[in-house]
Amino acid sequence: MSTTRVTRKPRRYGMVIDIDRCTGCGACVIACAAENNLAPAHSKATERTGVTLVRVVTLSSAESPGTGFGQPRMAAYMPLMCMQCEHETPCVSVCPQQAVEVDKLSGIVEQMPQRCLGCRYCMTACPYHARSFNWADPQWPAGMEATLNPAVAPRMRGVVEKCDFCQSRLNAAQDEAAMNGQSDPGAYTPACVEACATNAIVFGDWNDPESPVSQAAASVETFAWLEKLGTQPKVRFHSRQPWIRAMAARGGAAPAKEVAHG
Amino acid sequence: MRFTLFFAAGVAGALAAGWLLFPRALYQAETQPLQFNHKMHKDKAGTECSGCHELLPDGQFAGIPKLESCAMCHAEPQGSTQTEKQLVENYVKPQREIPWKVYLRQPANVRFSHAVHTRQGGLKCEQCHGGHGDSERIEPFYRNRISGESRNVWGPRMVRAGLRPGEAMKMGDCESCHAGHNVLAGCLGCHQ
Repeated sequence: MSTTRVTRKPRRYGMVIDIDRCTGCGACVIACAAENNLAPAHSKATERTGVTLVRVVTLSSAESPGTGFGQPRMAAYMPLMCMQCEHETPCVSVCPQQAVEVDKLSGIVEQMPQRCLGCRYCMTACPYHARSFNWADPQWPAGMEATLNPAVAPRMRGVVEKCDFCQSRLNAAQDEAAMNGQSDPGAYTPACVEACATNAIVFGDWNDPESPVSQAAASVETFAWLEKLGTQPKVRFHSRQPWIRAMAARGGAAPAKEVAHG
Repeated sequence: MRFTLFFAAGVAGALAAGWLLFPRALYQAETQPLQFNHKMHKDKAGTECSGCHELLPDGQFAGIPKLESCAMCHAEPQGSTQTEKQLVENYVKPQREIPWKVYLRQPANVRFSHAVHTRQGGLKCEQCHGGHGDSERIEPFYRNRISGESRNVWGPRMVRAGLRPGEAMKMGDCESCHAGHNVLAGCLGCHQ
């Protein structure tokens, strides 16, 4: 047996999303659905029973504790996906099946649909409502199967799924790195980042001080949503608007209304 | 004493049924479209495994070669064997791809990167595929009647100890090698 040992540098992939740049167009939602083989919503799907790995929510200053009486009303859009929490990851600690784990090499919170028994405890635990349950088997209109991404297996009815930072793209980058004699893929781009028309999402490795996320995090206007929970999300946001930052610190007063749905 | 004998006979009968009869019921043998002699191709054409089973520049594994690779040498029969005649008549001339059945195709939720294992891990083909490259004939393909997957993924042996390379490609077999070499892959390194 070969004794070659692969030494990959541990990464902590993450995002910084600029809420001020997001126009709410929903391109990230579509790109995500195409990349990750999300089937069109089944006939009885509602806002809560459809499957979506990233969704766009509307923020209204009327719901923000940072907006006082008589101040102008403002609105903003925000893509919301799995925040890849690092510390006491809520979904990991509640899963009775060990179907969720934080990968040691990429920092990505991995959901294993093969192990999931569908109890949805993780969906309850997730402070960001970033998880979806497959209430029905995925079904594509005739002929549309040809558009499926062969690197992602469709999930069956009865399991939970969530964003995994396009793991298939990370794997492809790993293969390419192997061909080029590198040990490590380094940078790759998830589908939503690629699709964003206004470059509102930057993606990179938090461990690397030169990466776009580390650079963006240097700003005082970069924050984590619901930072007080202490889950240390690896997806962070950026906004110059104080009312948005006040909302992030406290959470919306009312449930945010969704505008785009996968 | 009588009870012990009775019990032993029962265990033996149950094992015989489970290990000998059940696999026959579960798997259905399908013959490959053509016979293929790996050893002869290796010796006469002097090719390495990678000569036909190549890695693409983006790291994807091409798997079983397409017909055009065969046609490069076998546009006309080179010898006098019946198999080669079949190849030329039935596939090369009508330009029809040979519908090979892939012994080690994993289910759709599994990914395996040949690039990472051979280039980064430094594994040789034989370490997982055993003597397949030196075989003179190819075996029938056994399809699981329920799942439709190949039997070679599980392997022909019910006892999991002392498996030879190429006999088993189950998750536990991947895991034991990874654990032995202290290589992390996580869940989604292999599952998709």
